[in-house]
Amino acid sequence: MATSDAIIVLRGIVKRFPGVVANDGIDLEIRRGEIHCLLGENGAGKTTLMRILYGLYQPDAGEILLNGRPVRIDSPRTALAHRIGMVHQHFRLVPTLSVEENVILGLDEGSGPLLRLGRTREKLARLAAEYGLAVDPKAKVWQLSVGQQQRVEILKALYREAEILIMDEPTSVLTPQEVDQLFATLRRLVDAGLTIVFITHKLDEVMRVSDRVTVLRQGRVVATLPTRETDKASLARRMVGRDVVFRLEKSRREPGRPVLEVRDLEALSDRGLPALRGLTFSVCAGEIVGIAGVSGNGQKELVEVLTGLRRATRGEVTLTGRTITNRSAREITAAGVAHVPEERLRVGVVPNLNLRENLLLKSYRHPPYSRFLFLRQRPAAENARRAIELYQIATPSETTCVKLLSGGNIQRLVLARELAGEPCLIVAAHPTYGLDVGATEQVRQLLLKERDRGAGVLLTSEDLEEILCVSDRVLVMFAGEIMGTFRTEDADLQEIGLLMAGSRQADVRHAASHRQEGGMQ
Amino acid sequence: MKAPSLLRVERRPTPSGWTVFLVSVLAIAAALAVAAGLFQVYGVSPLRAYQLILQGALGSPLGLAEIVRRAIPLLLCGVGLTVAFRAVFWNIGAEGQLLLGAVAATGVGLFSGLPDALLLPAMFLAGFLAGAAWGLIPAALKAKLGLNDVITTLMMNYVAAFLVEWLIHGPWKGTQMRGFAYTDKLPDAARLALIPGTRIHWLTLVLGLALTLLAYVLVTRTRVGFEIRVVGENPHAARFAGMSQVKTTLLVMLISGGLAGLAGVGEIAGVHGMLRSSSQISMGYGYTAIIVAWLARRNPLAVIVTALFFGVIMAGGDVIKSSLGLPSQLINVFNGLILFFLIGSEILMNYRVSLARRRR
Repeated sequence: MATSDAIIVLRGIVKRFPGVVANDGIDLEIRRGEIHCLLGENGAGKTTLMRILYGLYQPDAGEILLNGRPVRIDSPRTALAHRIGMVHQHFRLVPTLSVEENVILGLDEGSGPLLRLGRTREKLARLAAEYGLAVDPKAKVWQLSVGQQQRVEILKALYREAEILIMDEPTSVLTPQEVDQLFATLRRLVDAGLTIVFITHKLDEVMRVSDRVTVLRQGRVVATLPTRETDKASLARRMVGRDVVFRLEKSRREPGRPVLEVRDLEALSDRGLPALRGLTFSVCAGEIVGIAGVSGNGQKELVEVLTGLRRATRGEVTLTGRTITNRSAREITAAGVAHVPEERLRVGVVPNLNLRENLLLKSYRHPPYSRFLFLRQRPAAENARRAIELYQIATPSETTCVKLLSGGNIQRLVLARELAGEPCLIVAAHPTYGLDVGATEQVRQLLLKERDRGAGVLLTSEDLEEILCVSDRVLVMFAGEIMGTFRTEDADLQEIGLLMAGSRQADVRHAASHRQEGGMQ
Repeated sequence: MKAPSLLRVERRPTPSGWTVFLVSVLAIAAALAVAAGLFQVYGVSPLRAYQLILQGALGSPLGLAEIVRRAIPLLLCGVGLTVAFRAVFWNIGAEGQLLLGAVAATGVGLFSGLPDALLLPAMFLAGFLAGAAWGLIPAALKAKLGLNDVITTLMMNYVAAFLVEWLIHGPWKGTQMRGFAYTDKLPDAARLALIPGTRIHWLTLVLGLALTLLAYVLVTRTRVGFEIRVVGENPHAARFAGMSQVKTTLLVMLISGGLAGLAGVGEIAGVHGMLRSSSQISMGYGYTAIIVAWLARRNPLAVIVTALFFGVIMAGGDVIKSSLGLPSQLINVFNGLILFFLIGSEILMNYRVSLARRRR
C-alpha cells in the first residue's frame, strides 16, 4: 500500500512504558516533499513516535522503512546518517557557545585536535541564504531570541544534511510574527526538496501549514487525510473523540472592586538583571486578567513577587487594600492568594509524597489537620477523598504517590489544594500547559467558576488563544513592562502580536493610523 | 536513553518493601564476596574467617554483649543521621559531633564541680549541646551561604579530632597519667553503671532506644516531620508552601548533631572514663553510622536492626585481629564495600533490569 514516493513508512510500531502503551501499532507513511502534521492531544503518542524515528527510543515491535528498505535506527547518530533530523520542543543548544560552535557540536570538523571553522562558516552562510535563515554565526546563543535559537536548531539539522526534518511543537515558544516566519521557512525547505514532519496539537497550524495530516489518539492512528479535504471541526472531533466547543461559554460579569493592585513594581531576575520595570495594573473581583507575552519577559518574576517567592525591589502590591509587598509566601497564602505554579511537577507538588500529603501542603498547620504538633490522619484522608470526588482526580487511592499520576490529575490536585478556602485572588501560571483537551477544559471552567464566585484571577500563559478565550482583560508584557491593555472583545491579534514583539500600543495604533480613544487606561 | 541492547532497563514505579529488603541483602552478600577475595590475598580461607568472626562475635555471652556495646553509639548516631538524610542534608560529620559530645562530657565531668547527683545529667546535656553546635555550623553555612554540606561536615571531623588531641596533650593533660596523653580519670559520680559482667552502659542504651522511638514519631507523625520530608524531597515545593528551608535544616542538624553528641557522652562516661585520642574514643562510629542509616533506608526504627548488624561487624574486627592476626582495618574495607554496593544497588530498586531478547 506504500506509494512509490513514500520516503518513510512506519509499520505496526508499538512502544510501551510501565503502565502505558504510548504507541499501539502505528502505521504511518510520510511522502517525499510534503509537510506532514502529526496531530494529537498531549499523551497521544506523537512525540514518542518521532523519538523512535529519531533513534532516541527503540520500538517494542514494528518496523521502519526508509525509501522502501527496512532500517534499524538505534541512536540519533544513525538517524542523522539516514538524513533524519529533529528540532526538539526544548532546544538542545549550549547557551554559552556561539552559533557556529553549536552547529558543529558533536561533529568531527577540522583536522586533528584543531577546529577549522572556515568551511563551516561558508556552508552556514550558504544555507542561511538559501533558506532565509539568517543568524550571526559568531553570536552567542544566549544572546539570541527564541525564534533565532530555533533557526539555529534548524541550521544544525540542515548542516548535517538532513532531508527529513522532524519539528516537535515548534510554535509553542514563538510570537505570532515569528510563527509566520517559521512557516515561510518551512515552505522554502519543502520547495527545496526536504520533507517535514510537524508535531502539534494546534488545529490552526495544521490547516495553515500542512499538506497531509495524521491524527493520533491514545497511541493509535485515527486517520490520515489530505489537509485540503478536511476542516478544523472534523479534525478536532477525531483528535478528542467527540465534539469540541471552541468557545468557552462565558457569562458577562461586571467586575467589582479591585482585589489586587500593583503600583510601580520592580524586581530582579535570578541573574540579577531588571526583570520587572515599573508595572502598574489591577485585577478586580470577578475578573480574569490575562497576561500575554512571549515567555521570559517577566511573567515568571511577576508571579513570584505576587506570591511571596521573590522580593520586589520597588513598588507596592496591595490585596483588597492591604499591602502585601514582600510578605512571606505563608503570609500571602493566609491573606487569600492561591497560586497555581508554572512548573507543577517541580514546584507545585512533592512527587514522592502521596496525594493525601500533597493536598495538605499549605494547610497542614491548621485544624482540623493538625493538633498540637501532630498531624491527624483521618481529617487528611477525608479531605483527600472529598478533593478526589469534587475535582475528578483519577487515582487508584488517596495514598498513591503523586509521581504516578498523569499531568492532568496532578493539575487537578494542585487546583483542589489551591482553591480550597475560597481565595480572593488566584494567580495561575500556564495552568493548562501540557494538559489534554479534557483537562484543559476543566481547568478553564474552574477558573471561570472562581471568577463568578467573585475572586480575581491573574492568568499568565504562552498560549495566546487561551488568554483570549478565558480572560476579560488582556495585558501584553514585554521586557518587564506592560505594552498595552485590551478588553478581550476589542483585542486584535495582529496588534497583540506586535506588542508581544516589543512595540508600544500607542506607536502601533499611530502607525496604523487608528484613532481610537480610551484603549489605554 | 541509549543503552546497548544486551540489557533492558525499565523504570519501576515504587519499589515494594520486599524488593528493598532483598536488594539490601544482595548488597551485603556482594560485599562479603569481594571481601572474601581480600582474605584470600592474606592467605586465610574466607569461609574460615567468616566462621571465626561469627563464632567470636555471636558464640559467647561476652561476644554478644560486645555487639550491643558497639551498637549503642551506632544507634544514636545512626538515628540522628536518618533525620538529617530525610531532609537531604548529607551529614558526614557524626564522627566529629560525637567527639565534641565526648569533649563536653569530659569537661563537665572533670571541671564543673557540680554535685554528684547532677553530674551525669549535666554531662548528657552538655554533650547534646556540643554535638548539636558542631552540627549547626555546617547547617548554617549551607542554609545561609549554600556551602556544600558533605564537604563542611567532613572537614569539621578533622577539626574535632585535632581539638581532642590538643586538649589531651595540652590544657587537659592528666596529672596522674605519667606522661600518657589522657585526661585525668572521671570521678565515679561521672561514670555510667554497667550491666554486671559486660561493658554495656545500659542508661545510654535505654536513652538511645527511647530517642529512636521519639525520632520515628517525629518524622512520621508530626508537622515538623512533614516539613522535613517536603524540604528533603522537593525544596522548591517547600518554598512554594511557605516552609522555611533554613529552619528545617537547622533543626535536623540540631537533632542529628545532638544525638551524635550523646553517643560521645556514652563512650566517655560508660566506656573510657576519660578523654583520650580520638581514634580510641570513636573508632569510626560516626562514619559507620552513615552506612547504618543508609541500610535502614532512613527509617529510624530500622536503625535498631542495622546498628546491631554493624555491631557484629565491628566486634568481628576484634576477632580478625586476635584470632587471625590480620589488621583490624580490614573491617573498614568491608564497611566501605557494603556502602559501595548499597548505593550501587539503588538502581536495582528503581529500575527493573532484564536480559533483552535480540531483535533484528
